[in-house]
Amino acid sequence: MQRLIEFGWRLLPFAVVILIWYAVRWSGVVDQGLLPPPHLVFLDIWKRSTEGTFLLDAWVSIRRVLLGLFFGMLLAVPIGFLIGWNRTIRRFVDPLVNFFRALPPIALIPLAIVYLGIGEVAKVAILFYAAFFAGVIVMYEGMSQINPLFIRVSRTLGATDWEVFYKVILPLTVPHVLTATRVALGVAWATLVASELVAAQNGLGAVIQNASAFFQLTTIYAGIVAIGTFALIMDTMLRMASRRFLDWQERVVQ
Amino acid sequence: MTGETAPGEDGSPKVVFQNVSKSFGAIEVVRDVSFEIHDGDFIAVVGPSGCGKTTMMNMLAGFTKPDGGAVLLDGRPVAGPGPDRGVMFQDYGVFPWLTVEKNIRFGLELAVKRGMTKAQKNETVEKYMAQMRLTDFRNAWPKNLSGGMKQRLALARAYAANPRFLLMDEPFGALDAQTRSDMHDLLLEIMQAERKTALLITHSAEEAIYLANRILVVSARPSRIVEEINIPFGDNRDRDLLDSHEFIELRRHLRDVVMKQYAEQQALR
Ligand SMILES: Nc1ncnc2c1ncn2[C@@H]1O[C@H](COP(=O)(O)OP(=O)(O)O)[C@@H](O)[C@H]1O
Ligand SMILES: [Mg+2]
Repeated sequence: MQRLIEFGWRLLPFAVVILIWYAVRWSGVVDQGLLPPPHLVFLDIWKRSTEGTFLLDAWVSIRRVLLGLFFGMLLAVPIGFLIGWNRTIRRFVDPLVNFFRALPPIALIPLAIVYLGIGEVAKVAILFYAAFFAGVIVMYEGMSQINPLFIRVSRTLGATDWEVFYKVILPLTVPHVLTATRVALGVAWATLVASELVAAQNGLGAVIQNASAFFQLTTIYAGIVAIGTFALIMDTMLRMASRRFLDWQERVVQ
Repeated sequence: MTGETAPGEDGSPKVVFQNVSKSFGAIEVVRDVSFEIHDGDFIAVVGPSGCGKTTMMNMLAGFTKPDGGAVLLDGRPVAGPGPDRGVMFQDYGVFPWLTVEKNIRFGLELAVKRGMTKAQKNETVEKYMAQMRLTDFRNAWPKNLSGGMKQRLALARAYAANPRFLLMDEPFGALDAQTRSDMHDLLLEIMQAERKTALLITHSAEEAIYLANRILVVSARPSRIVEEINIPFGDNRDRDLLDSHEFIELRRHLRDVVMKQYAEQQALR
């Protein structure tokens, strides 16, 4: 019962948004032709899923995000770790990281197309780039916040360098890895859609792009709703993982 | 456990601060400090805050090195931190990612303790967990413990590693009065069961007299030792002592000496 109520609270805001959506449509503020009603959007998702390639497009997008995120974090964790740990490395790498991070990944899409074509590799490469720079910054800021007191305590208990590393620093890194992954995930979704809008035959971004060419507003909305839903589901899964693994934290990453 | 035999059994000093000096940049923090700690001593260091007490303790713990002079441990300069010197900090230093039991076990699972059997380790953990009244909380996360419990956990963890020295940097400073006095009695209890040579940094004259057998009063920065007070109570310490004439006299005297140094430290700011 408690869980049901909790679940209800999660859904409530979305129900309210849908109601406002209907209200805006019926109030006549916006031309009815320019704002399809929610039920038609859901119907469109259903029809395109059962009769068309919508699910396949969704899967293509999700796979790109996951691959980009995976490779991005695979590199961001050790690199962020090194930068956070070593002052000399940090001084050297910091300006570079900030330069590349300030550069929107979307700006690299034309370059990626030139070098890597318009296939999967180009898309995953851009997502890798986006995920890496979002992740690395969270990682190393987190790392540099690690309380040196814990390292001192472990030394007075007799820990060697290696033991300090894997018994103290590593467990303290886990929260930052999870936070970095969540941030990178958000950035990856945003970048994915942009790259699919520019050059893709499939994926949710391409669905939206094609629908826009034919002025199929309902399908544009269907694509947007689907992207939001998948991004939210992935984020929720990460949050649940945080809660499970970071039980010990004063404030669980919410 | 450490394997070394202390040359302290005959009463010769185990720790010698020999004309120790230390500066941070332009700030001279410790100037020409010399004193000795003997086997079984319980030394309290009292002085105004910011005068360099933590710096002195850090040099013995091995976290920092003196600029001049030497801190000798069994005749050799301190090379770095080690399991022969357990440390307690004001903000506990309890590992938040480990449960109560695993915190106590931490030091025993390190390579330095590979000579112990599994059974010995378990026994050690259970013993100190019980002694510090933490057995009911063995699976609790530190975030759910009170300040007093965290400090009990830190003490249990330090003892489990079986150090020869216990270095304490204002360990009870953040606790309320009642918890503080409970901690005092718990510390005396475990010290009487298993003597460690101890160095306690504190602000409280009462705490220093109640716990220590020798008190070093440290001056305003740069710190020198201005007075050394011997406390004649031996192992005979309980709450009644606090109301004794002798205790009150000692406290009055210590406060006078310390207040003078506080005033000088204030003038430095
Ligand atoms: N690592 C450090 N770098 C620079 N200054 C320090 C450092 N550690 C301590 N100090 C300075 O040395 C003085 C004494 O510090 P400390 O030993 O912590 O005093 P206490 O423990 O007696 O309060 C303070 O003025 C403090 O600011
Ligand atoms: Mg201090």
